Amino acid sequence: MPDLLPIDLLLIAACAWLAIGFAGIFAPRNLRFISKILFPLGAFVAVLAGLTSLTFLGGATETAVLLIGLPDLPFHLRLDNLSAVFVLLLGFASAGISVFAAGYFRQGEGAAPGLMCLQYHVFLASMLLVLLADDAYAFMVAWEGMALSSFFLVTTQHRQAEIRRAGYLYLLIAHVGAIGILLSFGVMTAGSGDYSFAGMRAQALPPFWGSAAFLLALFGFGAKAGLLPVHVWLPEAHPAAPSPVSAMMSGVMLKTAIYGLLRVSFDLVGTSIWWWGVVAMVVGLATAVFGVLYSTVQSDMKRLLAYSSIENIGLLAVALGLTLIFHAYRMEALAALAMTALLYHCLAHAGFKSLLFLCTGSVLHATKERSLGKLGGLIHRMPWVAWLALAGVIASAGLPPLSGFVSEWLLLQAFLFSPGLPHSWLNMIVPVAAAVVALVAALAGFAMVKFYGIVFLGQMREPALKEAHDAGPWERAGLLWLAALTLALGVLPSTVIGFIDAATTQLLGTGLADQVREHGWWMLAPISAERASYQPLVFLVTIVIAGLVGRALVRRLYHGRGRRSAAWDCGYVFQGPRAQDTAEGFSQPIRRIFEPMFRMERHFPTIRDEQPYYSVKVEDHFWHWLYLPLARLTNAVSALVTRLQGGRIAIYLLYSFLTLIVLLLVARP
Amino acid sequence: MSISGLLWQLFAIVLALALAPLLTGWVNQCRAWLQNRSAPPLLLPYYMLHKLFLKDVVLAHGASPIFRFAPFAVFGCMLLACAIIPVLSTDLPFAPAADTIALVGVFGLARIFISLAAMDVGTSFGTLGGRREMLVGFLAEPALLMVIFTLAMIAQSTSVATIVETLAHREFVIYPSLAFAGIAFTFVSFAENARVPVDNPATHLELTMIHEAMILEYSGRHLALIEWAASLKLYAYSCLGLALFFPWGIAQGDSFLGLLVAIPMLVAKLAIGGVLLALIETLNAKVRIFRAPEFLGTAFLFAVLGLLVRLLLESRV
Repeated sequence: MPDLLPIDLLLIAACAWLAIGFAGIFAPRNLRFISKILFPLGAFVAVLAGLTSLTFLGGATETAVLLIGLPDLPFHLRLDNLSAVFVLLLGFASAGISVFAAGYFRQGEGAAPGLMCLQYHVFLASMLLVLLADDAYAFMVAWEGMALSSFFLVTTQHRQAEIRRAGYLYLLIAHVGAIGILLSFGVMTAGSGDYSFAGMRAQALPPFWGSAAFLLALFGFGAKAGLLPVHVWLPEAHPAAPSPVSAMMSGVMLKTAIYGLLRVSFDLVGTSIWWWGVVAMVVGLATAVFGVLYSTVQSDMKRLLAYSSIENIGLLAVALGLTLIFHAYRMEALAALAMTALLYHCLAHAGFKSLLFLCTGSVLHATKERSLGKLGGLIHRMPWVAWLALAGVIASAGLPPLSGFVSEWLLLQAFLFSPGLPHSWLNMIVPVAAAVVALVAALAGFAMVKFYGIVFLGQMREPALKEAHDAGPWERAGLLWLAALTLALGVLPSTVIGFIDAATTQLLGTGLADQVREHGWWMLAPISAERASYQPLVFLVTIVIAGLVGRALVRRLYHGRGRRSAAWDCGYVFQGPRAQDTAEGFSQPIRRIFEPMFRMERHFPTIRDEQPYYSVKVEDHFWHWLYLPLARLTNAVSALVTRLQGGRIAIYLLYSFLTLIVLLLVARP
Repeated sequence: MSISGLLWQLFAIVLALALAPLLTGWVNQCRAWLQNRSAPPLLLPYYMLHKLFLKDVVLAHGASPIFRFAPFAVFGCMLLACAIIPVLSTDLPFAPAADTIALVGVFGLARIFISLAAMDVGTSFGTLGGRREMLVGFLAEPALLMVIFTLAMIAQSTSVATIVETLAHREFVIYPSLAFAGIAFTFVSFAENARVPVDNPATHLELTMIHEAMILEYSGRHLALIEWAASLKLYAYSCLGLALFFPWGIAQGDSFLGLLVAIPMLVAKLAIGGVLLALIETLNAKVRIFRAPEFLGTAFLFAVLGLLVRLLLESRV
């Protein structure tokens, strides 16, 4: 038996996922078989894929050619360190999601379980192939497979018009983006007709065409990732999908777009110009601010998380921009720092956002409610979900000692080193960008406190919530896995950087691993201990010990007595659940301070109203400024085109005849 | 790291625990004098803590474990913050555990816990306080980070100890950017410590308070810990400000003599700082909550200005 290389193992994993998917078709209604056997099997394959890439990291690039594809362009596959980092992310995040899904899918919700199983595993396999593809054709096939399978997953409950609409929007923007990617690949072949990535690497593009390729890729992949202004599908599609699918899309699929951007801008284009970084950074900052502001004002828990994903994608784009700027000026050590922040944040976000989306899934199942205004107090009924969600919330707010803080810390460190850029204008812009990043991080905390406080804390806003039940064992296992990843990414940054550094080294020629290893696994000091260091474990242990010692001392020196009573609330008597802040009330300061950022329709009660009510509806400016005019334009153009359709066969024959004559005239030898 | 270093580190933590309520008491006393009131005893905060620890805890019916857990977490966070900041010496075994950015993170973590605890019982004032605290937090945090960035660029490091060493023990240079950063830091520390003009520590008027609204439901030892944590926060911010902007007197190594000088220096600086704090609080009125963004926006602008001054004027030198 020949030795199996990691790339072979990953191909086997992709085939295994496809096989698991098709196995679901044979018993489409057998929920037990599908959820208790096929989904855990898929999770097992995912863990294996993750471990394979973990062992591969740092190794030499491997390639393979499959005998399928176009006649003269078989599928080229390639596993290098960049792919391996993202396969790692895919494997470990989807393992948790699949285990959760084993307990999540129920009978009678939307599509048959067998179909879901097929779509879900095709989705996984095509994401894996996207990461392994080494020619434009294979990449686009896998990319489309990913878009289509996820489209069907989003529209699982296609009987609701609103979900069909969300799915349509998703499909539309996915395809507009795909056109951008395709054109970018076309530019990068530079007319050589060689669509393999190796051929693109060999081309030296002039700056103009290089920039065109980069901008097209930024648009195309940006549409998948949710960058402004092609973000509108994201807050519609994520809430529409079942929660494991939202988790998969937000945690993993968005990262494939980041992978594509990294692949194009550092590997395929081959040159880099400083203003690409500025473009990416400005778009990223706008996206991050937009995302976080809108996430604070949402009243639907999944939409809130979807906008928070937009914010995180914006931060990733900022990190990408910073890397590009440093790279363009050949400041590779700093570029490596920024890229480490980027890759780290990809991993961190995959962990905590999947975790949070899955928690909303459990809440949704337990309460049948997605609106924040009808939740509350669930920590009493769902302690498992609530405590695990707390880990996701702290990580998502970018606070130590969990995963979100590490990437934020690295990114801010990279910003701090920016002086020294040979461009005074850039030197001024970059710290201001850091200020915006700081604002975004602080606002993310606001959004997360709102999410957690309103869903899990306080009094129950509806009597029906008393019936809520905690997550089942499969769901708990999936959540625990992701929470453990979040914690591990938070307290073991040096170890993780030791792994992902291979990708940085591959793309930039230099990495952080040497400096990081110097200081031992418990301490993160990316440049030198003098300059900056962070020891998350010491951090965590100190807080825990201080808390515990404090508690023990108080009990020893004084006492631990306590009793229960009604809440005090300044003696105010009417303490029903309606007296708490609503989701809208909690975000009122944001709406007031950042008023121009929102398009609001508000109705205030007056004293003359028979039935006074208050309502606020926040809409996206982009709908009204960009999308609706575009839609109207498209309709108008289509109306013109319909004039060509006379409906009589003679006219159509005439068209064919005229076309033929024109062609003959043009194509004369 | 050495044994004596570790001992001094422990001593600094114990000193923080002991001095923090005293600082609060001193500020209260100064403010009373300035406002022509007869002053409460200097040691009143200690009596308060003792009294609260003796009392039974009364928990609201709807309180979840988060409510009981939060005071300890907040207390732990503040203790960690006090351990990182070089109060007496820059040679701290704990210093590499967290740099200034992580220090901002510690304060953020404490804020999240206390806001969540405020929302936990589900009363109108609790959620109101939690929301306002987060509002002040997201306005103050970027400004604080910008101040830190300015200092980090001067010292070429984000480690607190290195920044203090650079500013205190190298050749004396006047940095104009530090003036801007100092103003911004002062503004931020007023907001973060629930002081006039953003919040009023003396008020219990429900609609205007922030910090007090959040801890309304707390009693007994929980309240004591939160109050202690609040004084620790004031102490930590004061020490941070003193360490960053008036670093003279902080010992560089762990020489006994240097540390012996550092203690009276610290007490003297804190005493003067307390008088100034009381003076500013007396001279100002509390602003409406929606003027707080303007106040902190000004702080943010000052901080960014400091950063730009640093980048444009001083980096050429």
